[in-house]
Amino acid sequence: MAAVAQPAAAERRAKRGQGLPYWLVLPTLAYLALFFAWPTVQAFGLAFREDGNWTFDAFRTMKDDLRFGEAVKVTLLLIAVIVPVQFALAVAMALLVNARLRVRGLFLYVFLLPLAISDLAAGIVWASIFTERGYLNTILEKLHLIDTPVIWLNPQKLSLLLMAIVVAEIWRSTALIMIILVAGLQSIPKEFNEAAEVFGAGFWQRLRTVTLPMLKPSIQVALLLRIILAFEVFATVIAIAGEGTTVLAAEAYRWENTNMDENVAAAYASLILVLSVVSAALVLRLLRTKKEQLLR
Amino acid sequence: MTARAVLPRVGLHLAAIVLALWVLVPIYFITLSAFSTQESVYQYPKQLLPRDLSTETMRFFLDSEGIVPSLQRSVIVAGLTLLIALGLGAPTGYALARFAFRGADSFRLAIVSTRAFPIVILSIPLAVTFLRWGIDDSVYGVAFAHAALALPFAVLVTSSVFSGISVELEEAAMTLGCSRASAVARVVMPLALPGLAAAAIFVFIISWNEVFAASILTLRNRTLPAQVLAVLNASPLPFRFAGGFFLLAPSLLVIFVIRKYLFNMWGRVVK
Amino acid sequence: MAEVGFQNVTKIFGKVAAVDDVTLDVRDGEFVVLLGPSGCGKTTLLRCLAGLERVDAGRIEIGGRDATDLPPRKRRIAMVFQSYAVFPHMRVYDNVAFGLKMQKESKATIEERVGSAASLLHIEDFLDRYPAQLSGGQRQRVAVARAIATRADVLLMDEPLSNLDALLRMEMRAELKSLLQKLEATTIYVTHDQVEALSMGDRIAVMNAGRIVQVDTPLAVYDRPLDTFVGGFIGTPPMNFVHATVALDDGRPVARLGGGTVPLREDARAHVGREVVLGIRAESIEVETQPADGAVAATVVVVEPLGSHNLLTVRAGDNLVKVSVRPDLFPAPESELWLRIAPDRIRWMDSDGGGALGEEAEDLARSREATLALAQDASTALS
Repeated sequence: MAAVAQPAAAERRAKRGQGLPYWLVLPTLAYLALFFAWPTVQAFGLAFREDGNWTFDAFRTMKDDLRFGEAVKVTLLLIAVIVPVQFALAVAMALLVNARLRVRGLFLYVFLLPLAISDLAAGIVWASIFTERGYLNTILEKLHLIDTPVIWLNPQKLSLLLMAIVVAEIWRSTALIMIILVAGLQSIPKEFNEAAEVFGAGFWQRLRTVTLPMLKPSIQVALLLRIILAFEVFATVIAIAGEGTTVLAAEAYRWENTNMDENVAAAYASLILVLSVVSAALVLRLLRTKKEQLLR
Repeated sequence: MTARAVLPRVGLHLAAIVLALWVLVPIYFITLSAFSTQESVYQYPKQLLPRDLSTETMRFFLDSEGIVPSLQRSVIVAGLTLLIALGLGAPTGYALARFAFRGADSFRLAIVSTRAFPIVILSIPLAVTFLRWGIDDSVYGVAFAHAALALPFAVLVTSSVFSGISVELEEAAMTLGCSRASAVARVVMPLALPGLAAAAIFVFIISWNEVFAASILTLRNRTLPAQVLAVLNASPLPFRFAGGFFLLAPSLLVIFVIRKYLFNMWGRVVK
Repeated sequence: MAEVGFQNVTKIFGKVAAVDDVTLDVRDGEFVVLLGPSGCGKTTLLRCLAGLERVDAGRIEIGGRDATDLPPRKRRIAMVFQSYAVFPHMRVYDNVAFGLKMQKESKATIEERVGSAASLLHIEDFLDRYPAQLSGGQRQRVAVARAIATRADVLLMDEPLSNLDALLRMEMRAELKSLLQKLEATTIYVTHDQVEALSMGDRIAVMNAGRIVQVDTPLAVYDRPLDTFVGGFIGTPPMNFVHATVALDDGRPVARLGGGTVPLREDARAHVGREVVLGIRAESIEVETQPADGAVAATVVVVEPLGSHNLLTVRAGDNLVKVSVRPDLFPAPESELWLRIAPDRIRWMDSDGGGALGEEAEDLARSREATLALAQDASTALS
């Protein structure tokens, strides 16, 4: 075949110019290592150490704190209520958006508005509605449903407070779920629904047997994202409930800023991370799509 | 059209309108409160229709201590975040889109999995680190943290923007006399610009809205959300309402401007 | 314009050699078509020539210079892509002028060259428009104009017509051929469409699985394919391959098929007793409606009227054969016909290897080896 000189020249040629992608990726990798990976490691370090010694003290303090139990309970409760309601709502909105209505563009814009609204702003907005002298009471009174204003944001009545927080959170973050679902819906070729219709399936049947199963990957992603964000819920709670109740992230904030104890704050952070990762793993496992079922 | 055909359509429109109102009415209320007199803020029952509009409440908010500086800081932080996230993210996105290099898949997986890391776990150690570096309680610290948050998003979005531009366009330019860099500058960038701009705007908003890290990393030099949060429960109602509106307003504008790109952004980021 | 040389070019993707030790010479001004099914390596070979892929072994020469390590922009080539790759954000004028601008030509030169390319491709009226405002066919012309405006040494075309609808494709084929003849451009043209290859090329290089199977003029490739792959790939319908045994009948060499015997040429004597595959073109078979001497019996399966002729599918023994007949012949399915095949229209193939047999074929095989030897000498001399 070819002469001996070839392999060396070819190798040299192959090496040159192959480095470009790595150079483009390196800065990002370095940045994320420094500002992401390293702090995560440090956080665990802070949580498990005190003045250079390995210890569970921080976790013990966290656990024994009066507010710990409530923080965990409220966080989990919020997730349990918000996620299902939000998904149902998001599916409805996604189907509406997909259904070619008139002025679809306008509806789209409106549905997507909350996407760029911060949790703090959302909290303030709903606080203004739920506050004693707020809009909800005004409307209810005008409709003669109540005589005197109801104290919705009552620190003594946890259920009402939580309801307000749930409403605010659903209002704010359903847009995110919706947009993921819409993207998923649009990637389902409409022929599948049309075929189902030809074979006699009604709307709800089609939804159950064609749309939702094909939407599973999107639902999985949306669920993942939502649960992780839910463990971070913070400013909404403070804006609506003030000191009335607390969640995990708020506790982390309080220990860091008010109590100046970064070890316990780190303990909270570690707990949040572990819960997030475990939930993520659960979602990935439960909503797994078998490879054979994917049409490629 | 028969009644049976019309009814479902009417029902759908109704449902859409109800949901739209659900989104819009609270925004309407907060805007109303923000643009009313301080008195009417405390009034009960509230005015449901715009009457006696005034900029009193807004002025009160803006004149409150620390608000205008925090506003400036938010803008600076968001700007810095944008520069870092896109400056690093866009080249990386390009590499992911164009080259099938070894480790590309693992890298992409790593980027996607950063979503699982709550901002909480980053901010606390960073507060300690920034203290050591002397940038605690500064816009730079917050910008670095925000950029870390936004970078994965920037990488994924720019990657999908570049993927959407046919590689043959670059190759054609290269056969016509361009080096790769020149081909990217002359052919790819003009076409990528709208998508990149949308990504940049969204990064800006992410930084603008971010409240947890900003609150942890700053004390005296707070950004707007951090400042508002810090004094929120001690503030009078007018302050809160105006603050709420102020935090909200840019978002409304932003979503309007980039609404066409939102699908592509989130649709593809999510894959 | 310049000549092009591939010497032992190999390109590997992962574990597969997309281009496997390919040697090919293209003369100055020649129009060579790289033809083959998808995945045969033709596009990869073209891209290696363009510099868009780095070769793993071998040399590429353009105009006498070693271009193997040069980036695309230094190779003095121009390329038309399958998707046209017309820059959407520039007007047609700027698209066509792009290569010239990169070469830093003067404004006057650019205007003149763009004008002449535009008039050759009949796009003078579109120069001010954006590609999005043009149809697919118009965009394709812009792509071609952009390539020829640069007056490059070699023109590369990657399936430029495959995205056009059938009618437009035919028109453009003729236009392109006439244009390239006028320009006397050295052209390497990739296609999977054998009709395009036959109609346009000076020579066709048929590729399969990364290798060049046969390089020859269109007529030679059509009439004298080197193996069953080439015979089956070229021609509409593909060449018939009929299994038969060579025997002696009355002292004369014949081929025994299921339905009868077919007389063969004298040189078939050497292969008596062998199982062969006979390659016969559909239009080389004559049809008789009555039994005749030296004709093979066959049963009609399908009749397809094609306007200018009818295509019959018939069964002769175990073989399904396609036969081209006059447009007014409509035999009923299951009816009997007799096929007469002239011995010198038969191409014999080796039963297992698929390589051509017969004196003629041996000549060709010898010449192929000779070319290979030449190439080896050349590469050893140069390294």
